[in-house]
Amino acid sequence: MIDDLITALGAEFVQLSLSPIVIGILAAVACALPGNFLLLRRQALIGDAISHVVLPGIVGAFLVTGTITAVPMMLGAGVAAIIAVVMIEIVKRLGRVEPGAAMGLVFTTLFAAGVLFLEVTDTSSVHIDVQHALLGNLESLIWFDAEGWGSLFDPAALATLPPQLPRLAIVLVGIGLFILLFWKELKISTFDAAFAEAIGIRTRLLSFALVVATAIAAVAAFDAVGSIIVIAMFVCPPASARLMTNQLGRQVGWSVVFAVISAVLGYVFAGYGPGWFGSPYAVSAAGMIATISGIILILTCLFGPQRKRTGQRAEA
Amino acid sequence: MSNAKLVAESGKIVDVAAKDAPLTVRGLTVSYGNKPAVFSVDASIPAGSMTAIIGPNGAGKSTFLKGALGVVPRLSGEVRIFGKLFAEARDRVAYVPQRASVDWDFPARVIDVVLMGLYGSVGLFRLWRSRHREQAMDCLERVGMADFADRQIGQLSGGQQQRVFLARALAQNAEFYLLDEPFAGVDAATERAIVSVLKELKAEGRTVVCVHHDLSTVPEYFDRVLLINVRRIAEGPVETTFTAENLQETYGGRLAATHIDELHLA
Repeated sequence: MIDDLITALGAEFVQLSLSPIVIGILAAVACALPGNFLLLRRQALIGDAISHVVLPGIVGAFLVTGTITAVPMMLGAGVAAIIAVVMIEIVKRLGRVEPGAAMGLVFTTLFAAGVLFLEVTDTSSVHIDVQHALLGNLESLIWFDAEGWGSLFDPAALATLPPQLPRLAIVLVGIGLFILLFWKELKISTFDAAFAEAIGIRTRLLSFALVVATAIAAVAAFDAVGSIIVIAMFVCPPASARLMTNQLGRQVGWSVVFAVISAVLGYVFAGYGPGWFGSPYAVSAAGMIATISGIILILTCLFGPQRKRTGQRAEA
Repeated sequence: MSNAKLVAESGKIVDVAAKDAPLTVRGLTVSYGNKPAVFSVDASIPAGSMTAIIGPNGAGKSTFLKGALGVVPRLSGEVRIFGKLFAEARDRVAYVPQRASVDWDFPARVIDVVLMGLYGSVGLFRLWRSRHREQAMDCLERVGMADFADRQIGQLSGGQQQRVFLARALAQNAEFYLLDEPFAGVDAATERAIVSVLKELKAEGRTVVCVHHDLSTVPEYFDRVLLINVRRIAEGPVETTFTAENLQETYGGRLAATHIDELHLA
């Protein structure tokens, strides 16, 4: 058993599994962090909307540039996210409907457009299809040049890490800094927007910044792990965390813990789990990470210490 | 109370002292969609007064407060706070929104909410420190909620939540307090506690404005009234302005004559 573990965490692990696991963790945490605030602002759907909208952006970028390199893809996704935000605003104003309805309309339309683009254009030559868009391909993000744990200290080997890893790391640091530096402002404006406005917090600008942070997390994570995991990570870890504590700081902490657990267990179960049941196949890591986050949510709903909150809710 | 009598005449504010009044509003119009919620309202709140904003449901009382503070965008109108733009006098004003306007399921303790009132003294990119905590505890003490400091806000009764909101406003240590329905849905003990704190504020020379619903307590709690029904109906001291005619005009047919008879009107 111990021998198994040592083998499991040996050179092969570093080469094949370390980088996908770390990328999974970075993506999960980068989405879970802003997800906390989206959830408390009853805007969790925004994460969902943006991650759907990314697809037509990426397909559009491919059609324009003919390549699947990262920069045009991310630019395309960013442009699509901005178009979506503008469209949501237009539908909201012209249609006089609530934001949720406007988002639902816009993101399903854009996602459908993305699928349509994919099907009617010749993208078969490259690795871009609906399956990939939904579930990403975490397992393929391996570290070819790694020869063992020592490679972590070898600049030459480090340079060959999948580019998604440093990119997500930068995104995560950026989002972490944003939340840390504007902690007071985010907390106050999320709880009581009118009060926040009155004491001079730029609530609209802050909301916009939060949506931008969400979009950046969604686009960066989408590139590595697909949209399923993005949607799950915006909602599941923060929602589970809310059931663990009644303090915002601790909630954010718990959401990070749950995101990491989901990423690690999800990857391990996807790779090795089917083998434990005698199956020669592995299942999608992104799908399994999302599944684990859902299971954690179910467990916290059943056993979380704050699942039964008494007292009054806001009366409209 | 001479500056209470200031009026807008031919577009000019007559009383010079009014320049530095806590609140001077001219022609405030706020609209949600096509229908104005508040239409061309003038008001002038003198320093050291305690004013009730009165009017039927949907008359724009809350919107008047929000419009005056720029919490909702104004269609037109001019607002001066202590003779300045609100942005320049922000730290002299404390605003207490309606209790029902926030989600009390938010993950915060009582003390966390009161600390929000000290936002202005914390500084950019910094967090609340122990001296802020002490100040917040003092404010909770004043509203009789010190024992609840670590309680989750969702576990409080409506009256307790309202007191926490008041404590947050006290933490702002402002000169001018604007409260949106502070007595809505609270128990009798809380109502007494809030009134006594507001009267303390007035005794200290601060100015208080409340959106208020219970006409029967107006003369007891307040010294001035502002009657609003989308437009301004009347404004002035309780003795001269809180009259049956003005109320009838404000509420239209919605206030039964017998109800008016029971009030201690001027």
